[in-house]
Amino acid sequence: MAERITTADVVHVAALARLELSADELELFTGQLAAVLDHAADVEALELSEVVPTAHPLPLVNVLRDDVVHRSLDRHEVLDAAPSVEGHRFRVPPVLGEPS
Amino acid sequence: MTEWETVIGLEVHCELATATKLFCGCRNAFGDEPNTNVCPVCLGLPGSLPVLNRGAVELAMRLGLALGCEVRPSLFHRKNYFYPDMPKDYQISQYDQPVNVDGVVELADGARIGVERAHLEEDTGKSSHVGGGGRIHEADHSLVDYNRAGVPLVEIVSRPDLRSSEQAKAYVNELRAVLLATGASDARMEEGSMRVDANISVRPVGSSVLGTRCEVKNLNSTRSLARAVDYEARRQIELLSAGEQVLQQTRHWDEADGRTSPLRSKEEAFDYRYFPEPDLVPLSPEPAWQAAVGEALPLLPAARRRRLAAATGAGAASVAMVVERGLDDLVLAALEAGGDPGRLMVHAEHDLAGATGALDATAFAGLTSMEAGGALTATQAKAVLAELVATGGDPEAVAGALGYEALPGEVLAGAVDAAIAANPAAWDRFLAGDAKVAGFFVGQVMKATAGKADGKAVTALLRQRAAS
Ligand SMILES: [Zn+2]
Repeated sequence: MAERITTADVVHVAALARLELSADELELFTGQLAAVLDHAADVEALELSEVVPTAHPLPLVNVLRDDVVHRSLDRHEVLDAAPSVEGHRFRVPPVLGEPS
Repeated sequence: MTEWETVIGLEVHCELATATKLFCGCRNAFGDEPNTNVCPVCLGLPGSLPVLNRGAVELAMRLGLALGCEVRPSLFHRKNYFYPDMPKDYQISQYDQPVNVDGVVELADGARIGVERAHLEEDTGKSSHVGGGGRIHEADHSLVDYNRAGVPLVEIVSRPDLRSSEQAKAYVNELRAVLLATGASDARMEEGSMRVDANISVRPVGSSVLGTRCEVKNLNSTRSLARAVDYEARRQIELLSAGEQVLQQTRHWDEADGRTSPLRSKEEAFDYRYFPEPDLVPLSPEPAWQAAVGEALPLLPAARRRRLAAATGAGAASVAMVVERGLDDLVLAALEAGGDPGRLMVHAEHDLAGATGALDATAFAGLTSMEAGGALTATQAKAVLAELVATGGDPEAVAGALGYEALPGEVLAGAVDAAIAANPAAWDRFLAGDAKVAGFFVGQVMKATAGKADGKAVTALLRQRAAS
């Protein structure tokens, strides 16, 4: 059976999620993710052509709120929680040129 | 030599004119103090949960129905990416099951441009780049304002049905008119409440296969859009003519340089890993709600153009201009009040570009009747119209006050006969078919009547005299 997931896939996904994984962790998570995919494959193997896909586990649609303004947070409180602030804005490192 | 055809599809993002954001009750407002309209939901704080705004759904449906879309049950997905303009590290959007599908935008010249989908999503925060002259590549750091994060957007994706920069511009203008008519958005490109990305490719005329496309971003006006389409089409044709290939890439329009350039590959190495948003249940607007929204739609620009054309018999360009200026209701009311269709359209197209001020339909109708009946010359009518716009009143009274008393028919006829009698040589030339002499006679009659004569009426009398 072809491998469901390779270490390279996990490296890629970890990079997208900005996770730094050790070699041990890579091996551990590759195995765990493969088990998740195995489970999905088990479900896929069932005869499900008559079953409507589940969009959401809750049997609800149209949970809506009225378009009414609520009080926002106090700006001082919000910016106090930020690591760095300039001109009432969140100061963040340059977006590009980040280490790969 | 190969002849080329440009193929364009547009993605237009519009901020919806709601009071609050898409998933929280923070104000949706442009130009507020930075980071004053933020809360745990739109800041992506742990434990906060989004709740969908009914008003945003209603506006999205209104737009969808105005574009003739089918409103369908839909889902929200998370579009994952790391960028500080989205504090959650994902944007909630609609992916494979959008709320509106399969619509059409009808242009003023009758062309019908397909709309693939118009889906709901949330806007991102606004970053400004500091250092490096504001250029993103060289920025020292960025500053983020989250007032815009979570503002409701619709993204309207056209089919690749557009064939020229002019048509692309016309599409955006028409879409803007629909957005304004439905009240879905204020659609201001300069304030960023309407943003346009263009997918552009070229192919040999006659081919039905799409060429490799480039997506062009940073189009801040319809003028930029038109320039970028022309530039990009030329660039691609040059490549293909030289035997090279067009690379599928995202390109950035530089308004000052008048060129597009590729974004660094890192910027487009997106892998969004869409998955269903577990915190939101499906949206499935019930038929009664859809029907109510549909019934409340105003008459849309395309329908207004058809109505005005049918009522006045005017050409497509005049009709489009008058509807674009919002003068069609006035023209139709004046027509109802007995106005002259031709003169009403001429004035609406040429003389009412600014405001209509104090002008009402009855006065407008009266003015054009006087004009059509020969009581006012075209020049006089224009002056009377300006007065009606400025102060209102009755056109006959205004004409009287301006000294434009209609010349009694017999006075005009007498002046024409006197001019003929006084200039026998000129009259002989007129009789011999020298049409230019008519101008001379009009001048003579004008002089004799202190400018009150209507040039067209004089010419008609001259012809009548010549024929008898
Ligand atoms: Zn909020």
